[in-house]
Amino acid sequence: MTDLLNVKNLRIAFPSRQGPVEVVRGVSFAMGRERLGIVGESGSGKSQTGRAILGLTPPPGKATADRLEFDGTDLRQATKAQWRDIRGERISMVMQDPKFSLNPVMTIGRQLTETYRTHRKATKAEAQERGLEMLNAVQIRDPERVMNAYPHELSGGMGQRAMIAMMLVTEPELLIADEPTSALDVTVQIEVLRILDRLVSERGMGLIFISHDLRLVSSFCDRVLVMYAGQVVEEVKATELTRAKHPYTKGLFNCLPKIEGGERPLPTLQRDEAWAL
Amino acid sequence: MALLDIKDLNVTFSKGAERVHAVRGVSFAVAEGESYGIVGESGSGKSTVLRAICGLAPVTGGTIRIDGQQLADDRRPDFYRKVQMVFQDPYASLHPRHTVDKVLSEPLAIHGFSDRETRVEQALEDVGLGKGFRFRYPHQLSGGQRQRVAIARALILEPRILLLDEPTSALDASIQAEVLNLLDRIRGERGLTYVLVSHDLSVVAHMCERLMVMQHGQAVEEMTRASLQSRSATQDYTRKLLIASLGYRAAQEEQAS
Amino acid sequence: MSVADTPRREWLLSDQPTSRRQARLGQMYRTWLAFRQNKLAMIGLGIVLLLVLVAIFADLIAPYDPLISGDLRTARLVPPSWDHLMGTDDQARDIFSRVVHGSRLTLMVVALVAIIATPIGLLVGTTAGYFGGWTDTILMRITDIFLAFPRLILALAFVAALGPGIENAIIAIAITSWPPYARLARAETLTIRDTDYIAAIRLQGASSLRIISGHVVPLCLSSVIIRVTLDMAGIILTAAGLGFLGLGAQPPQPEWGAMIAAGRRFLLDFWWVATMPGIAIFTVSLGFNLLGDGLRDVLDPKGRG
Repeated sequence: MTDLLNVKNLRIAFPSRQGPVEVVRGVSFAMGRERLGIVGESGSGKSQTGRAILGLTPPPGKATADRLEFDGTDLRQATKAQWRDIRGERISMVMQDPKFSLNPVMTIGRQLTETYRTHRKATKAEAQERGLEMLNAVQIRDPERVMNAYPHELSGGMGQRAMIAMMLVTEPELLIADEPTSALDVTVQIEVLRILDRLVSERGMGLIFISHDLRLVSSFCDRVLVMYAGQVVEEVKATELTRAKHPYTKGLFNCLPKIEGGERPLPTLQRDEAWAL
Repeated sequence: MALLDIKDLNVTFSKGAERVHAVRGVSFAVAEGESYGIVGESGSGKSTVLRAICGLAPVTGGTIRIDGQQLADDRRPDFYRKVQMVFQDPYASLHPRHTVDKVLSEPLAIHGFSDRETRVEQALEDVGLGKGFRFRYPHQLSGGQRQRVAIARALILEPRILLLDEPTSALDASIQAEVLNLLDRIRGERGLTYVLVSHDLSVVAHMCERLMVMQHGQAVEEMTRASLQSRSATQDYTRKLLIASLGYRAAQEEQAS
Repeated sequence: MSVADTPRREWLLSDQPTSRRQARLGQMYRTWLAFRQNKLAMIGLGIVLLLVLVAIFADLIAPYDPLISGDLRTARLVPPSWDHLMGTDDQARDIFSRVVHGSRLTLMVVALVAIIATPIGLLVGTTAGYFGGWTDTILMRITDIFLAFPRLILALAFVAALGPGIENAIIAIAITSWPPYARLARAETLTIRDTDYIAAIRLQGASSLRIISGHVVPLCLSSVIIRVTLDMAGIILTAAGLGFLGLGAQPPQPEWGAMIAAGRRFLLDFWWVATMPGIAIFTVSLGFNLLGDGLRDVLDPKGRG
């Protein structure tokens, strides 16, 4: 099986008064059509890793890599035209808060159909139909109403589902989801995950699931990369997370309170400077 | 007798002709030294209950008693010496132009304390921040440090009741553990009474002896920690929350069975 | 940065200040460092500082008396030369000396308007925004009434009622310039009012007066200061306009607007009489605008792109 995405030695640096600061320091991984989780705390570089794959490192940051290949295409050398074909068409990204990613003065329907038509040269009617189909796919009960609604008229869960529908309308081969469910209630969270899950298993999409929530990621993904201070400290199979070896992963897992009760006081994470080297 | 006794609390926000009935007839009582949890999803009215106790939300029905005394609509100064609150987002609850020192001395100045210097230093000590933090601005602090300052601010007037509104939901997991331990320790040392609001069942299970589940502004069910730990909920909604808290895979299996 | 400066710089930029003073100075130093990055803003600051220096040392800088005429037979309407850097006017007065002394009037207008209008605007705006309801309605309708008149017309009406003169012109300009600051402060207050840190201080039992003065005003202050600075150019022009119409400074005071008015009669034959004070007004207005833009970049995080 050839890799869908292959990243080798990804580095992202931001300039500062004291010289460049690296927020991602040599991240490498390869993935196929699977669910890959990237877990880390704030500042671990997990979100920047996701953005860099799409070439969306915010300036003045600079991303470099020895290898950054998507389905055989070298993304480092991609021209503007190639990026247009890739972004939104073959790789999509879902952000944490739908409020910032949806255009507030355009109806959901218009945003959905326009995304589709820019990539597929479809007629208006076809796009409309396709949009309704996608809203159905993300389990929105009354898609006609949502099509004519503005983003602020939707609840958080609805907005996030509409956002996912928009990202999926072009049937991307890879979806990068950055904390897609963190703003949602637990019960809605499970529903959104079910949609993503179905897309991976039924359409063979690759999914990078970026989150701070170790427990959620481990219960959803196949493999988990644990990031700390810009590096991947451990890669574990999701089912074997309880047997993780790196003290950071262990610490992160143990410091979560449990419904069944556990240690009191909670074990805290003792950070070792050596982890960041 | 319960220290905090709430009966049939109603909160209605009105803006023009629009009315939102955010809390509908919620009653609960918390004994002195107890830690009580309120669990619910967004829009359940759980935070509004806390705000109503503080006088930050319009109470339109029911009574709130502290020590058997019913609260008047206008909170008297001695109320603030008894009840304090810690807010959810430590990035929004500290004044951006005030140093930690200013944040902590302001309540002391309002209530006319004379030994401010020692109290400020002691308060920082109590929440595990050293003197080095005293003259920093919020932007020079991490999220966890900010929340410690917010806790110090709430404790500096030596209240008996601490209202905690999702105190750790904006923090990383490892920082959450530290802050929860801090809150736990302080309660033990000072015999404080907590009302903790959270969407996270495991946090409530860890911190509280009793809890109430809320949905759409109403109390769904009241449980003890033991019944939560054994997952013996009586209401469908509580069961749904419990299943969701298991994580994705377990929730899928649970649903299939 | 020289070696001797380094410890002081480190003291200022310390992450762990040990006193209130160090914390405050450090904060100011950081703002200054950010401000210094902006070259145009530094030019604006330079112009404004130059205006202040010229106003202070006007007596030393001006080679002639600004009010007393020279020899009307030989020194009248002389073009710019080394003797008279900006030429002379129809009263044979040295224009350079008059422009230099005019800076005092300009600075006085600017300073007094800022001192009168800023507090009124802040007080009205924050009070209306914080209390809302009836207080808000009444205060804001009054503000609207003032806003409804064009500024120059309203100032004209005030001056006509109070009598012409530079003091009355200043009062008129101040009275007409506070409403936008009140609107701005109110808008800021509306967002600040509902934040958790204001809720927190209310929970500490602080009075409304304490909350507004100690917690709301400091946050509105920077945007109002930016707005006042940007408005300075307009205020200088209004003052000059009133002077030009004969309702501001009275002859023989060397007010720049009045000087232009006087020079208008000979604009075609003796261009320098009206042009020189015009350049002064232009430069100072530009200086305040550049300074205001620079301040916005450092003080107002919303504007950062």
